[in-house]
Amino acid sequence: MFKKVLIAIVALGCLGLAGFGILAWRPVIGPIALPAPGNFAPELIAKGEALAGGGYCAECHTAKGAQQFAGGYAFETPFGVIYSTNITPDPETGIGTWSEAAFRRAMHEGVSRDGAHLFPVFTYDHFTKLSDDDVRALYAYFMTRPPVHAPARPNGISFPFNIRYLQAGWKLLFFRPGRFEPDAGKSAEWNRGAYLAQGLSHCGACHTPRNLLGAEQSRNAYGGAAIDNWVAPPLTAANPAPAPWTREELYDYLRTGTSKLHGTAAGPMFPVVQGLGALPDSDIGALATYLADVNKAADRLPSVPAAVSHALSYASAKAGEQFDPDARLYAAACASCHYNAGKAPLAVRPDLALNSAVHLPDPSNLIQVILRGISAEEGIPGVVMPAFGGALSDTDVARIAAYLRRTRTNLPPWPDLPAKIAGIRRQNGATD
Amino acid sequence: MTSFHINDRAVRVDAEDDTPLLWVIRDVIGLTGTKFGCGIGMCGACTVHVGGRPTRSCITPLASVAGAKVTTIEGLDPEGRHPVQKAWADLQVPQCGYCQSGQIMQAVSLINDFPSPTDQDIDAVMAGNLCRCMTYVRIRNAIKQAAAQSRKADTDE
Repeated sequence: MFKKVLIAIVALGCLGLAGFGILAWRPVIGPIALPAPGNFAPELIAKGEALAGGGYCAECHTAKGAQQFAGGYAFETPFGVIYSTNITPDPETGIGTWSEAAFRRAMHEGVSRDGAHLFPVFTYDHFTKLSDDDVRALYAYFMTRPPVHAPARPNGISFPFNIRYLQAGWKLLFFRPGRFEPDAGKSAEWNRGAYLAQGLSHCGACHTPRNLLGAEQSRNAYGGAAIDNWVAPPLTAANPAPAPWTREELYDYLRTGTSKLHGTAAGPMFPVVQGLGALPDSDIGALATYLADVNKAADRLPSVPAAVSHALSYASAKAGEQFDPDARLYAAACASCHYNAGKAPLAVRPDLALNSAVHLPDPSNLIQVILRGISAEEGIPGVVMPAFGGALSDTDVARIAAYLRRTRTNLPPWPDLPAKIAGIRRQNGATD
Repeated sequence: MTSFHINDRAVRVDAEDDTPLLWVIRDVIGLTGTKFGCGIGMCGACTVHVGGRPTRSCITPLASVAGAKVTTIEGLDPEGRHPVQKAWADLQVPQCGYCQSGQIMQAVSLINDFPSPTDQDIDAVMAGNLCRCMTYVRIRNAIKQAAAQSRKADTDE
């Protein structure tokens, strides 16, 4: 009896393994000779260039200071370090031997030309929504880039996560392949925005929290998550900014890098705005329409005048003799540049009472900006914020952050600020 | 290598990315009107304009001004006759003078944002520019005079 049960279990196990093997197996797609650039219509290449900008392909497929699209960017994941790959058309180390079918399969299904499953740091869970036409344009663009010979760096992922075959299991659990399906109940503009946000621009890759196996939590889409020692804030109604992210504010932010009622795109959001620069105004408008609907900005519109007048109440009202040492520190370090004048917040460097970073539950973004400043190319072009990292101690940075939190919001104080600041400094030092 | 514009002149500077802009302005480019005060962005002596906004150059890394337009006290007006500079001279504002180029650069922005500044506006925006000679009363008067001159120039045009 026992023997029979054992045989049955082993047989079932073997069957299961064989079944999984069949499920996980993907064929090789044969190599091709690199198509001549003349094979691609210039309009198609131009379209692909715009799409590659709107998908920030260069951001992840380029190592710091190295040649564009040649790969080698390090993703620090909980499973180990993974390096992005070379997507220039170099036949040996890039995608020079990939047919359009192979490229499309990678984008839509996360499978390499040789049949191996790709790791989901490559966000094929978003790109699966891209239309065949857009994938074709991207293919035309990448196949006409200058080929760069740059072999892939070996990944540092630990066993068993490094077994690509097992990625089929991850896909079974978390990946739903399929093109974007428009919502008939919404406008064409909304649907265009949804297509871009969910597919090409993969907003959820940073703004949606991930589960223990690294998959986006679909029930908490756009709920906000930590990214590279910064915070990708919630894009939902849970966003704590005092003024809602309306279509107008989202448009300004995504198009120009700054929103008068929220602040400036810095850190990992800067390359996003830079990449989106390749898309036409209509696409940015579509993204803004979709995202304003995601956070239900319309419901919060009545709160805008109160939030703005609260912010303006700081305009020169708190000047003069200061007895609070934190207020004096703030006056010397910050207030000469951050102030309001007149009836509306200044477009450039307003008082921080409306600033999103001051209102987030996690102080990382505010700390990062104080430490690093803002360069001329980030946010409002040509204007900079100095970097206080080399000037102020952890204690003083903490005092400024706590002072802003205390005086500009009704939110609870941030705990353990000096330790948090020290931690961010350490990690910035390790990755810069 | 970092390229930017200073006083409408294109420059290319070969220095480490994190070199303070102030060092580049004084030691590499040779414009010494901008002064080193505290070195930690707390006194305002090193104030220049980047993209037209006052900026503490002692803690601004060189790399972050790539492509930007920097204006120093030397570039404010070709003849040193900017309304704020004229008011400064008329009212004999400086005593030792060390902080004054920073004071003037900050005051120019103040007048742009507040065409008719009150004492409170001036205190709010100028509080980060320290003067060890305590010329604050004359600074305040000069700002008001310069603002009045600028308003007059605007209406005359």
